[in-house]
Amino acid sequence: MSPRTSVPDATPEPGHVVLAARNVAKSYGNVHALKGVNFDIHQGQVTTLFGENGAGKSTLMKVLSGVIQPTSGEIILDGRPVVFGNAAEARDHGISIIHQELSLAPNLSVRDNIFMGRELHGTTGVDFAEEERQTRKLMEELEENIDPLTPVEDLRLGQQQIVEIARALSVNSRILIMDEPTSALSASEVEVLFKVIRDLTARGVSIVYISHHLEEALTITDHAVVLRDGNMTAYAPRAEIDLEWIVRNMVGENYDLGSPPNGYEMGGVALSIRNLSVPDASGVDLVRDLSLDVRAGEIVCVYGLMGAGRTELLEAAAGRLAKTGGEIVLEGREVSHLSIGERIARGLALVPEDRQRDGLVQTMSVGQNLSLASIRNFTRGLFTQHRAEKKLIQDSIREVTVKTDGGDASIGSLSGGNQQKVVIGKILATKPRVIMLDEPSRGIDIGAKAEVFRLLAEGAKQGLAVLYSTSEVGECLSIAHRIIVMHKGRISAVFDSNASKEQIMAASGEAEAA
Amino acid sequence: MSDTTNTQTAKRSTGGFDIARLLLEGRAFFALIVIIAVFSYMSPNYFTTSNFLIMSSHVAIYGLLAIGMLLVILNGGIDLSVGSILALAGVSAGAMMQGIELQALGVILYPPVWAVVVLTCVLGAFVGAVNGVLISIFKVPAFVATLGVMYVARGVALLMTNGLTYNNLAGKAEFGNTGFNWLGFSRIAGIPISVLVLAAAAIIAGLMLSRSAFGRWLYASGGNERAAELSGVPTRRVKIAVYTLSGILSAIAGLVLASQLTSAGPTAGQTYELTAIAAVVIGGAALTGGRGTVRGTMLGAFVIGFLSDGLVIIGVSSYWQTVFTGAVIVLAVLMNSLQYGRGGRKV
Ligand SMILES: Nc1ncnc2c1ncn2[C@@H]1O[C@H](COP(=O)(O)OP(=O)(O)OP(=O)(O)O)[C@@H](O)[C@H]1O
Ligand SMILES: [Mg+2]
Repeated sequence: MSPRTSVPDATPEPGHVVLAARNVAKSYGNVHALKGVNFDIHQGQVTTLFGENGAGKSTLMKVLSGVIQPTSGEIILDGRPVVFGNAAEARDHGISIIHQELSLAPNLSVRDNIFMGRELHGTTGVDFAEEERQTRKLMEELEENIDPLTPVEDLRLGQQQIVEIARALSVNSRILIMDEPTSALSASEVEVLFKVIRDLTARGVSIVYISHHLEEALTITDHAVVLRDGNMTAYAPRAEIDLEWIVRNMVGENYDLGSPPNGYEMGGVALSIRNLSVPDASGVDLVRDLSLDVRAGEIVCVYGLMGAGRTELLEAAAGRLAKTGGEIVLEGREVSHLSIGERIARGLALVPEDRQRDGLVQTMSVGQNLSLASIRNFTRGLFTQHRAEKKLIQDSIREVTVKTDGGDASIGSLSGGNQQKVVIGKILATKPRVIMLDEPSRGIDIGAKAEVFRLLAEGAKQGLAVLYSTSEVGECLSIAHRIIVMHKGRISAVFDSNASKEQIMAASGEAEAA
Repeated sequence: MSDTTNTQTAKRSTGGFDIARLLLEGRAFFALIVIIAVFSYMSPNYFTTSNFLIMSSHVAIYGLLAIGMLLVILNGGIDLSVGSILALAGVSAGAMMQGIELQALGVILYPPVWAVVVLTCVLGAFVGAVNGVLISIFKVPAFVATLGVMYVARGVALLMTNGLTYNNLAGKAEFGNTGFNWLGFSRIAGIPISVLVLAAAAIIAGLMLSRSAFGRWLYASGGNERAAELSGVPTRRVKIAVYTLSGILSAIAGLVLASQLTSAGPTAGQTYELTAIAAVVIGGAALTGGRGTVRGTMLGAFVIGFLSDGLVIIGVSSYWQTVFTGAVIVLAVLMNSLQYGRGGRKV
């Protein structure tokens, strides 16, 4: 059914199991990430894995792709048990994986990242021209305008994710595992990816897909599997499931992300950004002459496509990026001259977008990460107060529902979504008056999202001003009093919470991008 | 609860003394025990209180440098200038002891010893701050900046003395500047002052790292500077402070050394920066920043000091001493990579 020879074992009839896990268990010390899981991957179809943060999804995928070895259980490939010593061995069997946490070398170009470890050799060493040609073709396929020679560190997060996807595609594997590949992608980019996935499955490639965007995942999946606390709790083919089924099996109850909090008086303007311009390295304005106000108790959502300038807007307000013009006024006082730390002390804090790069210190424990931004608050004289810090850490862990062994666990032992919760918890612990969140729901499960929304709503009732940046319209509609749409560095429209999805998306330029 | 290997390796000393962690950081500790046992067996003079005190007073020099180096390395940097600052400090103190001639007034000032000590520390702080500013504000890579300062400081020390050594640091009673040798020779309760100085520096640094906000900032900016900055850590100030502290500790080491030798020469302390780095590494710190403890570093300094003194005592040639020291360093780094290699990062 496919002219490609790279799928040697493709049988005419799709749907049979190509790769399976039988009774796979994985423990880290006395953390049991997987407790005897069975999992099937069907030929030429998409199997989606659902589950809360820390349920064991990434762990299972790492086992299947040879990145880690299971404590017990076996992996069956084409009906025969196999053992993968490492990821390269699995790749030789045609299995590749897109990791949840990006694994790119930031200093290398897009091309070099895509061919890292399997460089194409010509007569005179590496055949860079051919590599570049193939990279260009992949980018075309993904409808992305990225030059193969750009260093990866110059790309925004979503584009880096595209590179990661392209790298997995370039291998021509017959089993492709995607662990939250779309967490930083815009709706139109996701559409393109889904088109690519449909092409792949039509050629007989089998896909495993993980995502916390449940609706989105439902549109592509053929089979759904739900993991809960390291056990497989439910399995069903697409025809038998709906959103409610997934959520019920995932968390046991249904979540309503609700509507913006109301029934209280908003205060005066807490954060006022006036005529702000932020240039990129070459001097082109990413944010142009932008003004907006957020009142105490108000939740304002900044919606826009990737690259609309939302991140730059928030980073300039937080003090990370230099601005060329404009004012940032916090509760009536200009704060432009203050450092990031001083702004945090005054109550203006940012939850950054990229948790690995900007959010977490990998060498420190969960607790130390949580208390890092608020450490001034429990320093008396010269010394920090252990008891106060411990209490803060425990409260934070409970408040943002981090699934961890305790404050002393290393940050790398947390699942991706739980790491994200630590970044949010860290900023909430500073007791901000104005909180800015840049795509905070990246990788967190529906329960945690509801919890974060609840915390924000609660805060708002007590006068917290919230500036929430997202590329998901649904999030805007369920939390924001006011929705500001950004397009190419400017505000293109403002809506209240009664707006429709279509109106908002149209104002963002989604139509022309897609 | 938390006894996965990952959790343990990522834990940082909190000042408390606990056996499990000591065993884990243990290799430097065991190395020290082995060294002491072997040399005690080979030489009857090794295992005596007086020898330990003498060896410890030698360790004091490396130890002081190593504490400064630890701070810098935790912050993700490196300081190659400590040996040169040590020499510059010694020479400056020597010059002040000879009297400062104010030609315009036609008088010679003889500052008292305490003033010499303070001024020398200020000088060390200044040179360290130059390092810090070059690195944090002008974004010169730490290796290059401190390499440059290493040459400049050494050169200035040579210029100041024309390559000669100050041999008379005793001062004169009539000028009121006697007492410089107290640092190197006196004892309190039988313990050499230099060892007490080292102990004080180690305790202060240890408390600072484990209990103060500054210590936390230091670890954080060494582990991930961007994340630290966005959490409100004043990363630039921390960096300047770290190099300044390293400069001050080098100056103190310079004073102690000059006082122990009763002379101050511009070539003192050559390659000491490497010894200090070795002590830090043997003590389990990661050269990439963010991980390491004062306790480990102190053990590292003692391993190096007791090893080299032991080799001298049993009469091994200095060539072999170099070989042994090198082997110990490589062994330690090897174990570091084993320890952090299976660490808690997700692949
Ligand atoms: N290296 C490790 N050391 C200790 N525990 C770990 C390690 N890696 C994962 N875990 C634990 O295993 C469990 C499952 O983690 P996993 O990453 O598979 O979750 P996940 O389902 O992918 O979650 P998410 O949706 O947040 O990505 C978590 O409780 C996590 O803390
Ligand atoms: Mg995961």
